[in-house]
Parts: sequence; structure tokens; C-alpha cells
Amino acid sequence: MATLRLPATLDSLEPLRSFALDRAGAAGLATERLLKLELALEELLVNVMHYAYPQGTGDVELECTASSGSFFVAIRDWGLAFDPLTKETPDLHENIADRPIGGLGIFFVREMSDAVCYERCGDCNVLTVSFARPQ
Amino acid sequence: MEFESHKQGNFLVLKVKGRMDAVTAPEFEAYCAKLMEAGDKAFIVELAGLEYISSAGLRSILAVAKKLKAVQGDIRFCGLKGMVQEVFSISGFSTMFPIADTAEAAASKA
Repeated sequence: MATLRLPATLDSLEPLRSFALDRAGAAGLATERLLKLELALEELLVNVMHYAYPQGTGDVELECTASSGSFFVAIRDWGLAFDPLTKETPDLHENIADRPIGGLGIFFVREMSDAVCYERCGDCNVLTVSFARPQ
Repeated sequence: MEFESHKQGNFLVLKVKGRMDAVTAPEFEAYCAKLMEAGDKAFIVELAGLEYISSAGLRSILAVAKKLKAVQGDIRFCGLKGMVQEVFSISGFSTMFPIADTAEAAASKA
């Protein structure tokens, strides 16, 4: 298990990304799976950075864990209670003029990961995404 | 992200290299805004050198497309591969925009 806790700002995106990708690579995830992890991770981290602390600043923490079958990344913040998984799938077939800007992030997380779940633990939001490891 | 552009018939071919994520996507919007200010409004965006794109990148592309549509402009894409192609596909962007393998093929699309 390895954790990295940093301020929830866009400046932290790169170090958090490197941290998770290094550990996922060490857990044996292939390049194609690493790109899926990278995308899911960015979407979840950017959500926290943009929305978790509307009144000020706070931290975001990554925890990477590998079991025999899967690689897990848990993303924690101590901001507003919010379960992004309740968001509906955006309409993907509208034309350029009508299509709303945004709303794709959580959809990508679901598409890219093998599983994703949300928990509210005390004053903390925890989103965990998992990716199967090669057998 | 790196940009490079050249004229090809009625289109401006814009080559994008690098990563289009939450940090860098605004650079794409800013670059396109400059091109539009200079009078260009028909773009073929070549993404063969783009390694990674997230929803923030798609958001910027859609914002540019909306601005172009408002001035009867045009935006097309070519050279998509790997995860960029997959992201375009699952998000519906592949059906929303004309897409071709090469800039020449993109230019000749209806």
C-alpha cells in the first residue's frame, strides 16, 4: 500500500498521476491498461480539484493497493459529500450546437475501469477504481 | 502540447502533438482562438501526434467547434489512433465530427 496526499489543485495532477502510474506499472498493468487508469484517474482528480472545496482549499489523497487479482486506486477528499456515480450518462448523440459542454468525465471512469465505487467515510469521500491484473 | 499549422486548399491543417489534459487543453482553445482571429475558420485537426486526451480535451474541442459553428466555420479530424481514437469513439465525437485517416481524405469529405 502506498499513499500520496497533496493540495487539491491542478498543480498536483502530474505528481499524483506519476505516483499512480509507477505503482500500476510495477503491479504489471500493460500500457493499454495504464492509459485507461490514467484517464479514469484524471477525471476523478479533476472533479475533486474543481468541486470538492468550493469555500477554499483542501487535500486529495491517492492510495494504491495491489491484490492478487486487481490493482486499486482509492481517491480521498475531505470536501463536500458528493457521489459522482449518481450522475446520469450524458447524451452522446446530440449535434455540435445542442451538445452540452462537459459531463463526460464520470462516464469515462465507468468505461475505463473494471469497477468503481463510492463511500462516504466520516468526513471523507472515497472513490475506488479497480483494474484487473494480468494472471 | 505543440502545434503546427499549414494551409491546404480551403482548410487550415492543424497538427497537435503531446497530451490534451485538464492542464494543457486551454492551450488548444487559445491557439484556435488566435487562428480564428487571423481569419481562419475551416480546420482539419491532425491528431496523429496526440498521445492522450481526457474529457477536458474534448471539452476544449467542443468549445472550439461551437465557436466555429457560430461563424459558419468547419472542424474535422484526422490521424486518430490508440486511446485518442477510443475516447472519440465512446464519447460519440466520432459521429459528431467528420473523421478521416489523412488530412487529404478529411478535406474531401462532404
